[in-house]
Amino acid sequence: MKQLLRRLTDAFGPSGHEDAIRDLIRKEVRGLADEIRTDALGNLIVRKRAGAAGRSKGEPCKVMVAAHMDEIGLSVTHVDNKGFIRFASVGGVYPRNLPGSRVRFMNGMAGVIGLEPTDHSSDVPSLDRMFIDVGAVSNRDCPVKTGDVAGFERPFLDLGGRVAAKSMDDRIGCAVAIEALRKLGRSANDVYFVFTTQEEVGTRGAQTSAYGIDPDLGFSIDVTGWGDTPGMRHFEMALGKGPAIKIRDGGMLSDPRIVRWMVRAAERNRIPYQREVLLGGTTDARAMQLVRGGVPVGCVSIPCRYVHTASEMVDMRDVENAVKLIVAMLRTLPKLD
Amino acid sequence: MTDILPFLKSLISVAGLSAYEDPVLLLIKKEWMPLVDEVSTSRIGSLHALKRGSGPGKRPAIMIATHMDAIGLMVTRIVEGMLHVGEIGGVDARILPGAPVVVHGQRKLPGVVAIPPLLTLPEDKRTDPIGLRNLLVDVGLPPASVQALVRVGDLISFDTKPMELAGETLSGHSLDNRASVAALTVCLQDLKKKQHAWDVWAVATVQEEETLAGAATSAFALHPALAVAVDVAHAKGPGADNWQTVGLGKGPALAWGANLHPFLHRRLEELAKRLEIPFSVDLAPEHSGTDAHALQVAREGIPTMLLSIPLRYMHTPVEVVAIKDVQRVGRLLAEFISELESDFVSTISWEGKDGDK
Amino acid sequence: MATSRRGAAAPSLTLLRRLCTAVAVSGDEGEVRKIVMQELKDTASDIKVDALGNVLVTRKGRGGRRLRVMLDAHMDEVGFMLVAENGDGLYELTAIGKLDARGIAGKPVLVGHKHTPGVVGAKAIHLMSAEDLKRPISAEALRIDLGPSGKASVGDRASFAPNFRRAGPSIMSKALDDRLGVSILIELIKRAPANVDVQAAFTVQEEIGMRGAQVAAHHFKPDLAIVIDATPANDLPMQREGENSFYNSKLGLGPVIYVSNQSAIDDPRLVRFFTETATKARIPFQVRQPGGGGTDAGAIQRTVAGVPVISVSVPHRYPHTAMSISRIEDWHNTHALLYAALRRITPDVLRGAGG
Repeated sequence: MKQLLRRLTDAFGPSGHEDAIRDLIRKEVRGLADEIRTDALGNLIVRKRAGAAGRSKGEPCKVMVAAHMDEIGLSVTHVDNKGFIRFASVGGVYPRNLPGSRVRFMNGMAGVIGLEPTDHSSDVPSLDRMFIDVGAVSNRDCPVKTGDVAGFERPFLDLGGRVAAKSMDDRIGCAVAIEALRKLGRSANDVYFVFTTQEEVGTRGAQTSAYGIDPDLGFSIDVTGWGDTPGMRHFEMALGKGPAIKIRDGGMLSDPRIVRWMVRAAERNRIPYQREVLLGGTTDARAMQLVRGGVPVGCVSIPCRYVHTASEMVDMRDVENAVKLIVAMLRTLPKLD
Repeated sequence: MTDILPFLKSLISVAGLSAYEDPVLLLIKKEWMPLVDEVSTSRIGSLHALKRGSGPGKRPAIMIATHMDAIGLMVTRIVEGMLHVGEIGGVDARILPGAPVVVHGQRKLPGVVAIPPLLTLPEDKRTDPIGLRNLLVDVGLPPASVQALVRVGDLISFDTKPMELAGETLSGHSLDNRASVAALTVCLQDLKKKQHAWDVWAVATVQEEETLAGAATSAFALHPALAVAVDVAHAKGPGADNWQTVGLGKGPALAWGANLHPFLHRRLEELAKRLEIPFSVDLAPEHSGTDAHALQVAREGIPTMLLSIPLRYMHTPVEVVAIKDVQRVGRLLAEFISELESDFVSTISWEGKDGDK
Repeated sequence: MATSRRGAAAPSLTLLRRLCTAVAVSGDEGEVRKIVMQELKDTASDIKVDALGNVLVTRKGRGGRRLRVMLDAHMDEVGFMLVAENGDGLYELTAIGKLDARGIAGKPVLVGHKHTPGVVGAKAIHLMSAEDLKRPISAEALRIDLGPSGKASVGDRASFAPNFRRAGPSIMSKALDDRLGVSILIELIKRAPANVDVQAAFTVQEEIGMRGAQVAAHHFKPDLAIVIDATPANDLPMQREGENSFYNSKLGLGPVIYVSNQSAIDDPRLVRFFTETATKARIPFQVRQPGGGGTDAGAIQRTVAGVPVISVSVPHRYPHTAMSISRIEDWHNTHALLYAALRRITPDVLRGAGG
């Protein structure tokens, strides 16, 4: 699974420009699904139909599982007279995570992030006082222009039990979804694995794909924050203690019936899990819940350190347990009345 | 007229926090079932109650939305038997210290919100007021008991008991928005004795305090031709006297602003004057901050109105409403519904009489 | 009458003046709605007003595989609401939409459907101390003054008083955002080409959350949407060291094609299509700086099962103030670009993965 994760995290895909990662995922799921299609906003919808057993019981239950393909990035606002590139953020890019970063543009060009000087060397300037340096000397020889998009670049790091990479948020969710699809095989339910677009800029792909699918229930697979490094005081989530069953985050309250379903599946199958309350941040599940007449939703989270940096770190045991948990969940759906 | 006070007191004696509305849903369902033809729930737990009209053929429907969820707290961490908390809905942390609460763990545990000793806090957090992240809930049990009875994600609700104050007012937690549920109940009671051409969907929505999820999804599912939200408005009181406040005990507040259809506002104003029900105008220039915001843009848009009950000290455990205002809203709604002609929607126009606002 | 490329009549200054003179603050767009209905009553196959007050116009094309193209321009402008009466003709006010607070004091306004004239007075400089003069004027301290015994109703909306004028190559007026777009859309409908089904929405409440666009798109369920708005040009000279790298757009460089803003990421296929169209038709154009701002595209993109969107705007200085400035040529070129795009667009434009 590490190899899959390396391929996925290496791929380019800032919000709105997910072509490369979508093509990669399409290759990975070929042969595993009954139906693969792309919708109006570029969401990749991978459908695994219910088996004969499921269909004989009447309308099979439609489940939507969302993992977002897009990552945060930068878009060029201006190339100045000396070839320095000003930018705006794509998704949640925080100034303190940028100094020393490297980026790569869609056209393959690479660059480094530079900072204007501040009064005190310990201050971090705001984004509008940073720039990208691709080695150009004027705006005429600069190979990028206003509107071009870049993603962050950092090589995949294998630390044994733990791995770190850029865009673990949410390529780890995509990897878990792909593995769950592979291991699930045929089930009694109509399962839609949706690799969504534009989550980082407002869960847009999830909203429209959920509208199109109209699921009976659903959940997202995403990273969550962490509480187990020096100075972190507010969250319980820790690496290595199992996937997190999300009860609440900054944008959504999970449906209690979905939480119960997840907890039951974990306990019955002796899969370690954590209970997650995250203050701040949200996932595709928020958008799914509000669609049409409403969808009961929740989220299976992968505890992840250093979120929205280029070195997001997860524990492979949590990842494997997340796959186990999701397969167990999809084999016995909750009763919703 | 049936006395609505006992029902209202029962509504503000249970929790029913956003997404966990079951305790209050059960009370409402029991009260509404004899008043309507059909009761069901939405996919995410809103209560839908249908009272059919008497008009011929396919009748248009009006949806009245009152959110049943309430604000509260949720356990985020447990440290040495003390509970760290986050909010559900918008909670003013300044009123929390000393508030009696109930922790909904493996069983209901009484507790209190405590300010920790300042010296246990980092220097920059010894502020006045203490932020929510540094307040703690103490249930008075040893850490091992707490570990066994309470988990991350457990709910915490206010435990302040309802109190009748002078001037026929009622005080307690969650009057936002249980007072409106009571008003809608008064309306249903009135409608039992009236003829009405339109179908009426009385809807107790979920999660208004968080995402307006209930209103948005129920309006989509029920697809009504008209929608009215009933909520609470800031009443004048200490420190609250500007244009965003209305008089307590002075009747329903009829909202005016971009969220609401001016034709519906005018119609309700004329009706209130005719019935000699006192009212105020509640200005909502851009955003009403209520279920009306979601109702108006469901599907292809719904002409929407908002009626509010004046309420003091919103989002604290000692909210205050005037019982008369609850009854007036219910009555005004019932009259409005019973007077709706079958072809009312075709008469809705945007252009008012000359000079009208 | 000015003509832009290919003989499609550009919108007239007379029409634009009429639109800018109307008072139509978010939530109360009736005056512009009336003008739109009058202008289009003989043109459309189908014209209606929906539950929020949007004007929805359909103009079907003829023959072949036709795209359902939604065009959008918003009717509302930023303004005020009167919220309390202080007596003696004085009223407290609150802003509707994001107004530049520094541009409110000292301006004439019109109140309500009767267009009652008033002013947002400012204390005379003779009566102020040197320190006072350095402090900003707070919005809460402002009042609308109708004159002693002047009457309006609490709840009335007010806008900056109409002040449309032409100054050589420029137009100056309140509400250029988005009467420029509305005027263009009216002309596009009147001469809609036959190769597309045009679904036009003159929307309400864009300035307070793109509310009208959301329900209009739900009604139309288009194949794609093009939003016509006005975007800020912050292209003034620097008064400190460094380049102006945050101009957003510039006057005189033509229609502004969006690639992304806070509310939406424009579909790359549509961005390519519009830049190709402009190049082929030799219409000048510029690319808006990414980030910030929002248009109705943000709401439309997220409706139903998703709609590919793009915004194409007219650049203007001093947005959301009593007087904005735009170039007539940029306005005409925006219309020309949109017309040229409609004439050559086919279902093939959406070939290839979306998003």
